[in-house]
Amino acid sequence: MAKKNLNRRDFLNDTMRLTAAVAIGGLAGLTLRNAKAEKTVWQIDPFECTQCGRCATDCVLPISAVKCVHAYDLCGYCDLCGGYFKPGVIDLHTGAENHLCPTAAIERKFVEEPYFEYKIIDDLCIGCGKCVAGCTSFGNGSLHLQVRHDICVDCNDCAIAKVCPSQAFHRVPASRPYMIKGDFVANENPTWSNPA
Amino acid sequence: MTTTITMTTFISIYKNIGGFMIKATLLIILISSFMSSSAQMQRFPKPEFETGYEYPTVEAPEPRSTSLEFIDVGVLLLVMSLAAWFALKRRSRKGILWLSVFSLIYFGFYREGCVCSIGAIQNVALTLFDPSYAISIPIILFFVLPLLFSLLFGRVFCAAACPLGVIQDLVIIKPITIPAWLNKSLGFIPYIYLGLAVLMAATASDFIICRYDPFIGIFRMGAEFSMIILGIAFLLMGLFVARPYCRFLCPYGVLLGWMSKFSKHHISITPSECIQCKLCDHSCPFNVIDEPTEALKPEEKQYNKRRFTLFALLIPVWMLVAGYALSLAHPFISKAHPDVYMAELLITQPEIKNDTNNLDVQTFLASGRTMEQLVDDAKTIRTKYYTGSWILGAFLGLALGLMLMNHFVVRRRTDYTPNRTGCYSCGRCMDYCPVKK
Repeated sequence: MAKKNLNRRDFLNDTMRLTAAVAIGGLAGLTLRNAKAEKTVWQIDPFECTQCGRCATDCVLPISAVKCVHAYDLCGYCDLCGGYFKPGVIDLHTGAENHLCPTAAIERKFVEEPYFEYKIIDDLCIGCGKCVAGCTSFGNGSLHLQVRHDICVDCNDCAIAKVCPSQAFHRVPASRPYMIKGDFVANENPTWSNPA
Repeated sequence: MTTTITMTTFISIYKNIGGFMIKATLLIILISSFMSSSAQMQRFPKPEFETGYEYPTVEAPEPRSTSLEFIDVGVLLLVMSLAAWFALKRRSRKGILWLSVFSLIYFGFYREGCVCSIGAIQNVALTLFDPSYAISIPIILFFVLPLLFSLLFGRVFCAAACPLGVIQDLVIIKPITIPAWLNKSLGFIPYIYLGLAVLMAATASDFIICRYDPFIGIFRMGAEFSMIILGIAFLLMGLFVARPYCRFLCPYGVLLGWMSKFSKHHISITPSECIQCKLCDHSCPFNVIDEPTEALKPEEKQYNKRRFTLFALLIPVWMLVAGYALSLAHPFISKAHPDVYMAELLITQPEIKNDTNNLDVQTFLASGRTMEQLVDDAKTIRTKYYTGSWILGAFLGLALGLMLMNHFVVRRRTDYTPNRTGCYSCGRCMDYCPVKK
């Protein structure tokens, strides 16, 4: 033996160290079975979202990382937009009293008869989902909520996911970080697209 | 088939009348009568623009890239290697101090306290029990590397790499000595915290370590009011009680302590011979320097031996008692899972279904998930909690039993030595040691 004065305590220590090393190795090995090099990020499945409004209030950031996203190619470009106007407006004008959005974060622009473009001003959007509820109930559902990854701090356990009543938050691979509504083949096989 | 037909008819109607003339409300009624009520259907057709209008692009900013996560792992490795070098070779407290400032800035304020080894416990626990959760390799490394370093060089991670540790280390101004009995009793809390955190993560209920991280609000410069208060309270307490979170809460510290106890190398107070000057004893803010012990009298030895045997034999008893006690509490603990909570709420207070203000209940009722499904799911989770609480209890019983048993192990020490389990390798003691060579 190389060690001459191997006493009991040293022997015990060596054994325990070896055991600990094996334990760490074993644990790492077990976790590696499910491991991916890529991390996951949080995203909202727009087809599961019920627009409860908690995205605006429960994010750890002072202004939520969830914002409304507009899938333009699904939009009907309606004059009477359920996401833009409050229900029961008399005239379709852009006066403050007509806005459904509490922060006036939607910009309405005339394109051509009879179409209007609706654009979300990201800096103003607080992710309350009021317009999403309007658009989903009365329109095509082209407005929907998404976690914006330039803002999201990617908490280990998303604070909104914790309180989301329809459990619409999912961990998605970081290479496909968005679930932006695509071509309406909902539910059966979700078609989450990621614009390049 | 039917959809296409209705769509074309609809488009023709729409074009003929000239869509701009009609109030869209009318259209909605018209279309909803044509089409299924599903909200996912396209109620209004895609406009055919004549002015050459182009769709604006949908903005979708990328998240932080995975390669940067690997850089974080690299920084962690580098910091821990340097810390080990400063602690064991250079014997430089200053080096460790500046390294810890760097870690506070990088892992604390730049990375905003997230990805962290303490929280990684939960990701590891979740992935072990829920194979559908794919853990990322950087998180595994964040969990494993500090443990490995601890096994080789002592808790250098705590000294210089952990942002939660260093923020507390930097505010120590007048540490007080906590009575040994209190120190030891409070030192049991991390075992409970660790056990509960693993139980909650393994059952996919909650990540309590992250949720109750007291310093995250400070790193992010903003959080819930109560969490900011908690963070400030911990720092204020930390002025006098050094590193309160590390000593009396940190669940990862439990694992690091186990590793460090059997570490291959460890920081030593003096580079050569201890001259028994006792200076180091006052330098340690955490009271983890073991004093020299007197040789025991034969009868004392005999007493300790008997007590040791007794407490060793009692360990299974503690495990059984604690396991049983916690298994009784499992219905309560399992409420941390939303399904169990909801099922219990709906069973005990069925009238809550009429409460239109209760979002969770209303969403559940509208989701199409039946009460039976919910109760079944809740029962499965509760069974997991039953098993889990037995294991948790046994673990706590074991920890308590070992603690009591070890109380009667008196090591013969001639010099002042750092207690390997509790020592954070901060290097204050070696700075105080007058022996320099």
